[in-house]
Amino acid sequence: MGYRIMNNKPLRPLYTIPYTAWILLFVIAPIALIVYYSFFDLAGHFTLDNYINFFSSVYLKLTISSFWYAFLITLFTLLFAYPTAYFLTKTKHKQLWLLLIIIPSWINLLLKTYAFIGLFGLYGPINALLETVGIGSQQILFTDFSFVFVSVYIFIPFMILPIFNSLDKLNPALIDASHDLGANSWTTFRRVIWPLTLNGVKSGIQVVFIPALSLFMITRLIAGNKVITLGTAIEQQFLVTQNWGMGSTIAVFLILFMFIIMLITSSNDRGTTINGKTK
Amino acid sequence: MEKLSKLPKIYLVVVFIILYAPIFYLIFYSFNSGGNMSNFESFTLEHYAAVFEDTRLIVILINTIVVALLSALISTAIGVLGALSIVFMRNKAMRNAVLSLNNILIVSPDVIIGASFLILFTMIGVKLGFASVLISHIAFSIPIVVIMVLPKLQEMSPTLIDAALDLGASKRDVLTRVIIPFIKPGILAGFFLALTYSLDDFAVTFFVTGNGFSTLSVEIYSMARAGITLTINALSGLIFLVTVILVLGYYTISRKTKAPLSGVKK
Amino acid sequence: MKGILRGAIVIIIISAILLLINSKLNEGGGSANKNSITIYNWGEYIDTDLLKQFEQETGIKVTYETFDSNEGMMGKIEQGGTSYDISMPSEYMIEMMKEKDLLLPLDYSKIPNVKNIDPYFLDLPFDPGNKYSLPYFWGTVGIAYNSSLLEGQTFEEWDDLWNPTLTQQVILVDSARETIGMGLNSLGYSLNSTDMDELREATDKLKTLSPNIKAVIGDEVTQLMINGEAAISLTWSGQAADMMYENEDINYIVPEEGSNLWFDNMVIPRTSKNIEGAHAFINFMLDAEVAAQNADYVGYSTPNLAALDLMDPEVTEDERFYPDEETRNHLEVYRNLGLEMLGHYNELFLEFKMDMK
Repeated sequence: MGYRIMNNKPLRPLYTIPYTAWILLFVIAPIALIVYYSFFDLAGHFTLDNYINFFSSVYLKLTISSFWYAFLITLFTLLFAYPTAYFLTKTKHKQLWLLLIIIPSWINLLLKTYAFIGLFGLYGPINALLETVGIGSQQILFTDFSFVFVSVYIFIPFMILPIFNSLDKLNPALIDASHDLGANSWTTFRRVIWPLTLNGVKSGIQVVFIPALSLFMITRLIAGNKVITLGTAIEQQFLVTQNWGMGSTIAVFLILFMFIIMLITSSNDRGTTINGKTK
Repeated sequence: MEKLSKLPKIYLVVVFIILYAPIFYLIFYSFNSGGNMSNFESFTLEHYAAVFEDTRLIVILINTIVVALLSALISTAIGVLGALSIVFMRNKAMRNAVLSLNNILIVSPDVIIGASFLILFTMIGVKLGFASVLISHIAFSIPIVVIMVLPKLQEMSPTLIDAALDLGASKRDVLTRVIIPFIKPGILAGFFLALTYSLDDFAVTFFVTGNGFSTLSVEIYSMARAGITLTINALSGLIFLVTVILVLGYYTISRKTKAPLSGVKK
Repeated sequence: MKGILRGAIVIIIISAILLLINSKLNEGGGSANKNSITIYNWGEYIDTDLLKQFEQETGIKVTYETFDSNEGMMGKIEQGGTSYDISMPSEYMIEMMKEKDLLLPLDYSKIPNVKNIDPYFLDLPFDPGNKYSLPYFWGTVGIAYNSSLLEGQTFEEWDDLWNPTLTQQVILVDSARETIGMGLNSLGYSLNSTDMDELREATDKLKTLSPNIKAVIGDEVTQLMINGEAAISLTWSGQAADMMYENEDINYIVPEEGSNLWFDNMVIPRTSKNIEGAHAFINFMLDAEVAAQNADYVGYSTPNLAALDLMDPEVTEDERFYPDEETRNHLEVYRNLGLEMLGHYNELFLEFKMDMK
């Protein structure tokens, strides 16, 4: 099988040029630069110390906590995004509603973060609400909860869009057929809907989990530095300490982790089934 | 199609309230005569007047919009071509390698991207300013487009293309009449998220800008030390309002002309 | 396909129109104009009316760019690409920039207004003889607190922060030199200590503060203090002034054990292409009336003696922001300790932050 259209035809090299050029110039070149820097210390001498340093307890602890929070963020984003996307496909003006999901992300993030500081504050509306309900005001800012909440807020459009797109084209006949065959809603979801939207979900996880590993700014503004990620550490090394070597080393590991994640998630890549006999 | 029952409706309403809460909070305080976002003193429109008096701010706003629109457009074009190249790769290992390379810019912290792009631009001799910012924004938006388009391409049944070819369609026709319409939702998703990436970016732009060129994000972050003025709130309120009006307007028009905003007709 | 193409064309047309509007608004601007200068400053750190006044008086067109950290600014200047003519680094950054040869010496024959500056703020160790820099604003580091939230409790020294009744009340600043420096000061050590044992002791002492720490953040602290969200914070005097302006319950003190005296300074980076214009600008900013107007707008302490006479005495006689010489002598100016030591400070700071939870 495969796409006959593109195989060994002159069309192929032409249309791959821009993307290949982009990879060479803006991915490979910077990566080469980062790897190069990672072998130098502050004085500009060649060294492996940065790599040895990474395995000190501080950075290992950072790595583990980054992964843990990225996992939490991705999980909750998925939990909230999936039903949202699902219900959206059933609304009357679904395209409009979808756009309205994206619009908030066009307002500057720092401003929205300041707004969250106000919303979550001791005298903010949320606590006023808790007060009237009788729970009493809580310290919401600078907690794990607020950190995960705001992160989910930032990432949710990135998860909703691909899921919506894969749900939207789902053939309703399939679901009807499943119901007709006596499957209940849960079974229909598990056996029919979920597998067919898996590609969208995977895309969503990629664009949430990977950047969540290197979140910064809100670790300070919303979590008060009670959460520290690898991104924060790199930021510090580059901007404050000006130890580009160490910053680059952490970045190299971050990229390595990403490669590993990609490797794991691609082991049951649906792309293979689509492309048929690939080899 | 089944109708939405009550519970899902409530769920969606809650989601939208949460998504818009911080924005309404910002807009609420843009009418505050007190200079900050905490104590609402009395109603005023002075911050809105200030927006229109500040030519520099308007220039920056226009810069921001132009960079966002053009970078999203160009990165979408390149990203779609990229997704096509990836999906038509026959070697699976190769495909995974390219996909991983694709994601590197998503995982790299902005400081690193900014710093390495700056080194790159000064090495090649690109003048820092509009061009360097635009190129950078295109560069870091491409991966998100690829990721948005890819699942749609993978869902496409190869038999569709084969059928088209068997019916005598040229390769060009297959691309423009079969593939592109099918992946259109993915393309639009990529475009809109590229807009988000561009509008939100501070660190990369900070590094690669120069010669007086600035975007809203850089301006807002730089204000943090001395305090962000409510003029910025007012400006954000205006941007928000205009965006919503444009979206609603476009939607109603395209509805009337029977061309849905995205997706092919069933 | 057609829809997509149409959309693309619309976007291109809109962009073209917007660019046209922009070039109209920008008329005569840009670095192409021969007699223009590019100023690189912190955001909201100048009264922009003064820029217009400068343009009118001298005919020099001003391009204004902003940065949000000393380090980011230096990175940009080091890499080149933009011909910045004026920048406003903090004192420790001047030492770093000098080391990297990024600054041009000042020509005092073109800056007669230097006579307005309080001699106390001249010839400091970070720039002997003010060869490269002149002070723009100055200030201290201290404790801002809201007494109405603390049952009237007041503060005099750093050690007061360790009071066990202050659980989850204290906000620290996300900067290694300031926070570790507070630990050093509270132990009676120098802010510029490079003694590993002293640094270790300071870090360990900071760790015992953990139960009292609410968060370690940056400039956002101003908003939190103003709306009563936080009661105590480690702050720069300029920020404290902003807080006190908005909330009367807030007070600011410079702890007795000693603290930091800081300066933001005007310099001419090596990237400058209009050195004449840059000098004209520095001289303009040092004019008594201009400096007074600027200090009034920004709210930080000005080193300009002549300007003080023109300002509201209620401000200039406030000991908290214009401390007398005796208090000032207690304070230390940061020295550039070298990148290695800075890295060490940051490592300890990271260790402290990770221990907080």
